Amino acid sequence: MVMLAVAFIAFSMFNFVGDPIVLIAGQDASAEQREDLRKALGLDLPTPQRFVKYVTDAAQGNFGLSYRTTEKVGKMIADRLPATLELSFMAALMALLLGIPMGVFTGLYPKLWVSRMLLAVSLVGISLPTFLIGILLIVIFAVVLGWLPSFGRGDVVQIGFWSTGFLTLSGWKAILMPAFTLGLFQMTLIMRLVRSEMLEVLRTDYIKFARARGLHNRAVHFGHALKNTMVPVITITGLQVGSIIAFAIITETVFSWPGLGLLFLQSVQNVDIPVMSSYLVLIGFLFVMINLIVDILYFVVDPRLRGQSGGGVAK
Amino acid sequence: MSQLLEVNHLRVEFPTRRGTLVAVDDVSLHIDAGEVLGVVGESGAGKSMTGAAIIGLLEPPGRIAGGEILLEGRRIDNLPYAAMRAIRGRQIGAIFQDPLTSLNPLYKVGDQLVETILTHLPLSLADAKARAVQLLEDVGIPSPGERVNHYPHQFSGGMRQRVVIALALAAEPKLIIADEPTTALDVSIQAQIISLLKRLCHEKGTAVMLVTHDMGVIAETADRVAVMYAGRIAEIGPVQDVIKRPKHPYTVGLMGAIPSMGMDVERLTQIDGSMPRLNAIPKGCAFNPRCPVVFDRCLVERPDPMPAGNGLAACWRVMQGAEHAEV
Repeated sequence: MVMLAVAFIAFSMFNFVGDPIVLIAGQDASAEQREDLRKALGLDLPTPQRFVKYVTDAAQGNFGLSYRTTEKVGKMIADRLPATLELSFMAALMALLLGIPMGVFTGLYPKLWVSRMLLAVSLVGISLPTFLIGILLIVIFAVVLGWLPSFGRGDVVQIGFWSTGFLTLSGWKAILMPAFTLGLFQMTLIMRLVRSEMLEVLRTDYIKFARARGLHNRAVHFGHALKNTMVPVITITGLQVGSIIAFAIITETVFSWPGLGLLFLQSVQNVDIPVMSSYLVLIGFLFVMINLIVDILYFVVDPRLRGQSGGGVAK
Repeated sequence: MSQLLEVNHLRVEFPTRRGTLVAVDDVSLHIDAGEVLGVVGESGAGKSMTGAAIIGLLEPPGRIAGGEILLEGRRIDNLPYAAMRAIRGRQIGAIFQDPLTSLNPLYKVGDQLVETILTHLPLSLADAKARAVQLLEDVGIPSPGERVNHYPHQFSGGMRQRVVIALALAAEPKLIIADEPTTALDVSIQAQIISLLKRLCHEKGTAVMLVTHDMGVIAETADRVAVMYAGRIAEIGPVQDVIKRPKHPYTVGLMGAIPSMGMDVERLTQIDGSMPRLNAIPKGCAFNPRCPVVFDRCLVERPDPMPAGNGLAACWRVMQGAEHAEV
């Protein structure tokens, strides 16, 4: 249902942003040539019929031809997708692996100066725009120190249809800065979220009771408290993974990362509507998938949602 | 019997921005092995604070500001956190008011039991699991072998409190601090839980500090009772003495407020006014504004618990020799 709505919006872009025939055939094509092209592309059919065709084609992975390069849009996207997904994956991973421990730490020891400092720095992370952080990183690590490359993916290895940068040293070097840039906002967000959830959970009766049972601190903090903070963290992280992919547009531009975001920007500049609409559909699809995964994770984490019978309902 | 727990001149303070509040003031009591000590009082009388101080789980900024707590003659109020942790659950167990929130909702009750058992006892995992099932059976949970694999939300309130009791007893502590264990439960369930607790502790020889504001529960369960008022002990003694022949005017008032089957009175007596806030405890005896038999000494000098009958009562009237503080 959501996908249909997204597809419809993506589809309507064709009708609002100028006549594609003019774009493809050029300004000085004759009226006859235009009419032929219109028929050949199926653009003479009524709108509902074209929408049905658009959806069925899209479902089969056929997104049409790019106006700009006349390549197949599906192939263009497939070429770029691994770069963006790897970048987003690394960013999300960084955000989780750094954000959760920092959140736990600041939640457990809110009064330590380290915690206060982390919080202050996290404010910077939340407030600074992505492109500024990216540029700062480039200045420090690429220009001044020269440790990391400032653009591109480094060497990639082709595995089937997937091109990965994870198998080469230069690929790893290249992904560090963009992933950090992209993940920083999420990292600080997750850290603050985990922190406030930890503070909340540590006040609950079952934590007090766990202490009264004489459990080790480690068991109380990481077994009992952390697991209870996970439900909101999963929610936010899920939503954020979507926006990581969407935010990748900016990061990819700053680092010239050959991913979907860069492709999208080039398409916008050239009014390449098939690519733009396909990108839209793809992002919509990813969001739906992520939400599905998030819902499944809820069930894994929280037994109360599994809906077995018996006993009272908590809360 | 030897003294299992001894609390001497305990003082618990809460430093706040507007001055220090004294939640527990100069409380001394002891619990013998296998004995049930009831602690009654109104909300805010300091009874829960006393319990929390004994197991070392006062919530910051609350802290023990004076006095000492001895467990089998060994001082435990100044132990480092790790040493106190080993005592909690193993030597002193605790049961809290609300069974609905005392269990972690994300873990099976069996896992929570096994976790507690393995923390304190040198058992194998299989033995700990068997013990968990046995514990559930002991607390009267039907088909325990199946129920160990259930989550807390699949239990009713009364059943959950049984699980909590099983958890508190998991490592066979010598003392259980039960902080209003039945307040959150239905009246019909309350009696069951109390008799269960009483039976189990009797069987295992566990002493209980039963914190409640329900005088009926105390009368049925406790061997001795301590009546607390505004952070202090008003009266402490064998339960029958305190109930039948209360010495302190506050206790007298409490007893008058309890309805009973055989009683043929039009109205229950009540104590006028309410307990003073912690930041406005009057000079002299804290009960003096509400006391029906107050006299000049009560207004200036605070009475310490002094021998009265078989127990102690903190009242100048007792010292005057008035056997019964007539109301």
